[in-house]
Amino acid sequence: MATFPSRAKVVIIGAGIVGNSVAYHLANLGWRDLLLIDKGPLPNPGGSTGHASNFIYLVDHNKEMTALTVESANQYKAWDVYTTCGGLEVARTETRMNELRRRMDSAKNWAIDDARLVTPAEIAGLVPYVDASILVGGFYTPGVGVVDSLRFGTLCREKAEAMGALTVFANTEVLGIGVEDERVANVRTSRGTVEAEYVVIACGVWSPKVAEMAGSHIPLTPTVHQMADYGPVPLFERSSKAIEYPIVRDMDVLMYERQDGVGIEVGSYAHRSILHDPEDIPSNEAAALSPTEFPFTQADFDPQLEDALELMPSILGDERVGQKYAINGLIALTPDGMPLLGETPEVRGLWSAAAVWVKEGPAAGKCVAEWMVHGEPSIDVGQSDISRFHGHQKTRQHTKRRAFEAFPKTYGIVHPAEQYLSDRPLRKSPMYDWQVAHEAEFFEVAGWERPQWYRSNAALVAKYGVQARPNEWDARWWSPIINAEHLAMREAAGIFDLSAFALFDIVGPGALESVQKVALRQMDVAVGKVVYTPVLSEAGGFKSDLTIMRLGRDHFRVVTGGAHGMADLKWFRDNLAPGASLVDQTIAYTTIGLWGPRARDIAQAITRADMSNEAFPFGTCRIVEMGSQLVLASRISYVGDLGWELYVPMEQGQRLWDELWAAGEPMGLTACGIGVYGTTGRLEKGYRAYGMELDGDYTIVEAGMAPARIKAQDFVGREAVLRQLAEPPVALLCTLTVDDHASPRTGERRYMLGRQPITTAAGAPITDAKGRRSYATSAGASPSTGKHVLFAYLPPDHAVEGSHLFVQYFDELYPVTVAVVGARPLFDPDNLRVRAASPAQGAVPA
Amino acid sequence: MKVLVGIKSVPAVAGRIALTPDGRAIDTKHLGFAIGPHEECAVEQAVRLIEADGGEAVVVTLGPASALEQLRDALALGMTRAIHLVTDGQEWDPESTTEALLAAIEADEAESGAFDLILLGNEAGDSADYQVAVRLGRALGRPTITALKGLSIAGGVARCEQEVEGGRDVYELTLPAVAAVLEGINLPRFPSVPGRLRAKTKPVATSEPARPAQRLEMLRLVVPQGAAKQAQVLGHGPEAAPAVVGVLRSLGVL
Amino acid sequence: MPPVVVLVTTASGAADEVSLQALTLGRRIAAGGPVHALVLADEAAAAGLGDWGATEVHVARHAAFTRAAPDAAARVLGDLADQVGAAAVLGPGTEAGNTILARVAARAGLPFAANCTALTLGAPTTLTRSRWGGSLLEEAALHADRAIVTTAPHAIAAEPVSGVAAPAPAATVTPFDARLDEADLAVRVVDRVPAAAGGLSLAEAKVVVSGGRGVGSAEGFRPVEELAGLLGAAVGCSRAVTISGWRSHTDQVGQTGTKIAPNLYIAAGISGATQHLAGARGAKKILAINKDAEAPIMAAADYAVIGDLHAILPAISAEIRRARGA
Repeated sequence: MATFPSRAKVVIIGAGIVGNSVAYHLANLGWRDLLLIDKGPLPNPGGSTGHASNFIYLVDHNKEMTALTVESANQYKAWDVYTTCGGLEVARTETRMNELRRRMDSAKNWAIDDARLVTPAEIAGLVPYVDASILVGGFYTPGVGVVDSLRFGTLCREKAEAMGALTVFANTEVLGIGVEDERVANVRTSRGTVEAEYVVIACGVWSPKVAEMAGSHIPLTPTVHQMADYGPVPLFERSSKAIEYPIVRDMDVLMYERQDGVGIEVGSYAHRSILHDPEDIPSNEAAALSPTEFPFTQADFDPQLEDALELMPSILGDERVGQKYAINGLIALTPDGMPLLGETPEVRGLWSAAAVWVKEGPAAGKCVAEWMVHGEPSIDVGQSDISRFHGHQKTRQHTKRRAFEAFPKTYGIVHPAEQYLSDRPLRKSPMYDWQVAHEAEFFEVAGWERPQWYRSNAALVAKYGVQARPNEWDARWWSPIINAEHLAMREAAGIFDLSAFALFDIVGPGALESVQKVALRQMDVAVGKVVYTPVLSEAGGFKSDLTIMRLGRDHFRVVTGGAHGMADLKWFRDNLAPGASLVDQTIAYTTIGLWGPRARDIAQAITRADMSNEAFPFGTCRIVEMGSQLVLASRISYVGDLGWELYVPMEQGQRLWDELWAAGEPMGLTACGIGVYGTTGRLEKGYRAYGMELDGDYTIVEAGMAPARIKAQDFVGREAVLRQLAEPPVALLCTLTVDDHASPRTGERRYMLGRQPITTAAGAPITDAKGRRSYATSAGASPSTGKHVLFAYLPPDHAVEGSHLFVQYFDELYPVTVAVVGARPLFDPDNLRVRAASPAQGAVPA
Repeated sequence: MKVLVGIKSVPAVAGRIALTPDGRAIDTKHLGFAIGPHEECAVEQAVRLIEADGGEAVVVTLGPASALEQLRDALALGMTRAIHLVTDGQEWDPESTTEALLAAIEADEAESGAFDLILLGNEAGDSADYQVAVRLGRALGRPTITALKGLSIAGGVARCEQEVEGGRDVYELTLPAVAAVLEGINLPRFPSVPGRLRAKTKPVATSEPARPAQRLEMLRLVVPQGAAKQAQVLGHGPEAAPAVVGVLRSLGVL
Repeated sequence: MPPVVVLVTTASGAADEVSLQALTLGRRIAAGGPVHALVLADEAAAAGLGDWGATEVHVARHAAFTRAAPDAAARVLGDLADQVGAAAVLGPGTEAGNTILARVAARAGLPFAANCTALTLGAPTTLTRSRWGGSLLEEAALHADRAIVTTAPHAIAAEPVSGVAAPAPAATVTPFDARLDEADLAVRVVDRVPAAAGGLSLAEAKVVVSGGRGVGSAEGFRPVEELAGLLGAAVGCSRAVTISGWRSHTDQVGQTGTKIAPNLYIAAGISGATQHLAGARGAKKILAINKDAEAPIMAAADYAVIGDLHAILPAISAEIRRARGA
């Protein structure tokens, strides 16, 4: 065996599917001097890869997860370790069947075109041992397969070694990680200390423990997933192949069954959530099986057996078919269900590649490698970016509480707006008690409790004649009060709690250079200007969109959404110019939004300052006195109406709110929830949102956000933007309106919630020249126009105002019209309201 | 036919045994539990007997509350009902184990007739005392045989076989009798799903016998410090064949 | 010192090794006091026991003892112990020895400790005994006036007296009057079925080639059998193999299978669980063939080849053929 090196460019810790894949892709991208270590033996070091079920279902509602899965499947196939067997997801109930119809929408969105719904009879034909009489139907994906993840890992190592890029040491335990000047410096192991420029933690369920050695956080919790093998199955003994029959996911009982040679593997997510700490995991020596195969707890599994027996009586009801092997396998769950990829925000050069399952492993490895080498991955993994977490989300307790809640939903039917209920309330805005008293319905973002709507506004529903949604799914996590609040705001004014904003200041002599580098828009503006700007990656995809106020010559304040705020903060910090510093102000200031035709009257009522359009024009900010406090007022709007974002120190927020409320209530001021701010207000105004319309796949040209001219100063993505501007766009973001809400099948009025395919009359998908499917990036009501609005990127031949298309919702087609091509708002297209020159436009919306 | 099988829930140890800090037990933090290997075969034997001849097969254990899982395992394999003599987790020496089992047997026999056959594992998987069957047989006044690798019953007589040098010794015991079996007497089945489901509803009677003074008193356990060898690696893959043959020669086995 | 009684089991006129080990321990704890050996019927085996420390050899003569009769054996061993006022009764920790000593204890209403590796008489008597096939030792106190124990096989080396001191005084050999009731004879061998001819005894083979879970299937044993054939070796396997039904339990090496003592043990695809190593402890040399260079078997092996047994075993067989052909 070679001697253990004292230096390496990259030390990759963990030789499971992820670590092996990172090693290979780094080598493939040209990096050398890589060291891969694992405390266990090879090829199976005893992590979760070793007991993975190894099957790959391609369709997920989540775009990013599907992209990672499809890329992974392609890598497995390229190395011939992918056995295509097909996969069924079966429904025992009509509710589940509806979910499978929704899966058809996602399949079309992400171009998994061989997926189809099947009848019980077809299911019986595909899997003869299923009792189809208990089923309503199923969702069949012929391309589903089973991979050999250990073999893939071995090939990764062999190929990287053959390139002369990689050295591998098994049975090498990490004892410590050295950090100098907030940068990773070395890894102390049982074979000696190795200095490193980069360290990648790909330790699966052990990752939190290893990250802590460097003072960093990888928030995941090892969670039990029970699996048992039954056999020998007489039918399988006659099989010509090791896997002849499709895998079956019995979604309603949260189980799966798959042929494995002459046996059948039964896996369950139906048992109670059994969580562990990384410190609970035994060493390879102390473990009876593998360290991540905990002793099977039969009592937890027994209740599921009846369900499995019911579905597959001919196999599992056979007295000769016995339970041969059973484990409590450990898997990794995170606070929000997404992987943990990227450089850790705490330590430069320390990367996380964790909470990744076999179905995402190769792609996750590739993305992390590309990110390290090129600065960004080829798949937008924004939702998996480890820098997304706020402090509380990095704690063990929070991670466990969320994992405990999420585990039973592994095969659950999860509504796109579904809220976590555990570990709340966690962050309360200064107005929280007021909001509780006004019967706010709280949704959570980044730990903050935010009113989505106020039940105390229920009377407005009748006043404005807002229709309820008849379908329970469409109406879940929704209220007609949202639309009513919206209309009240448009009529008079609304007050919004925006405490969840992330705020950070860029200060110092290098401040301008720093924000110039990150922002697409010109930042060398007068003090007191507010700039809304896209933030791009080097390749020209969206990294964020946010506003920046210039508060002084060397002082800028960045305001961005709470959900993505921490990742934005890291991006700004990573791009700081010499002489600039970043100061997180998130918890120093609360933000109160005040918008509507009467906003000026209300603001003016409590200030000596001149709030007139001439004195305080759109796009500017300044400090004004409001009652007994100094308030930073910024005249911008994300709801498209006259008004301000008002920033005051957190502890003074309630006071300002009270003063505005006292002044505004007689003028018709209504407390509005985020339902208005995040959906109805922005959609009818054509405002785009990061993570919805804006992601790494689309450009500012396609999004209709390209400025008239590109600033001369350099910024990240400038080269790409110039290229984008030089080419005709192959897709344009459009606003579509739904023409008929009646379900063709039931006649019930349906309201799309977003992420639905846009199709031609024949239901055929629409694909642009870059192979991207047209789908509703956002959807929601436009109460002012009475329409239901969708945003979608359409290829130029479909991006024609007035043209008719369809939206697919639960596998049914509804007619839509392309109302607007580009960024022009559906409501108040000339933006008279937001720029309102005179007080109280008074225009009551149509 | 009425058969009793005594089982013991033992830790499923694999590579390395670790002890609790007080040295009085195996550290089972990371271990599962299983029916002892010989007893698994005793269960299989009993199930086969009642499958062939009808009757009931009762499984009994003396062990902590968690041993219920092993009783359920036995019920899943086809035992009829279970008796759980619940302990606080301390070990019981073989004499007191015998006394507890004896009391349970006498109570059960008073209720529903004598056991034609009492089957145990030859020795417990963990404590390996080699005597509970013999003590039970002596106390009940029933013929007792140990180390069985074969057992068949006909006409109230048990034909029992032991593997010995050069063949098999055959005993014939008139029932009722006590027998301790060795792994290999049969190949135990794995529990089926229907078996598992039936097991959930089969009756388990519990009682909590008092633990008497121990005359074979375990003081502590010690993991022997076997000198770990450093194996000489002869090579990787088939290329190592000549080196292996060299070693075979040097050891004189070629 | 009070007398010690040792059961010596025999086969065809010779004491077995484990009994001589028991006798050695008996002699040590007797510390110069009388050591009574009991031999069942096999007079020929009695004469030499003086060399192993017996001061008096008692030969129980009864027709029952031509074949195994454990209750009868226990009866005479208990009677002898009573007769000489034994402080300790020892026997070999074999199946035969354990069942007889257990019966002695049950009859006398005394505790019994099987498979001891050390013993110190006293109040209480303290002892060390083997668990988990020797992977774990128990230190215990035995609260009884008479210690009834067996010795764990091969834990104590049998030591002839001549090896340590001047020539051993010849032991007196006396017949022991076995008084047996009908009840003592209820359990006895009525028939002996000879083993099928052929087939190498695993326990006695000089070379054993075993396969474990890594072999993968019943058919996967072909290269194991091929190599065993070339070496004149017995084929063994691990418990994982027998419970999978790939091979019969008679091939199982381990705590609950056969304990082997070959000159060379070749373990292919065997990780080396406690259960397995307990049966392989008697092997003089171990060659492990395994994909995992850090498997527990490596800590017990003398030689190792790392890699897939399905490639390595045929290569070794081919190499042997080549060597022989040359």
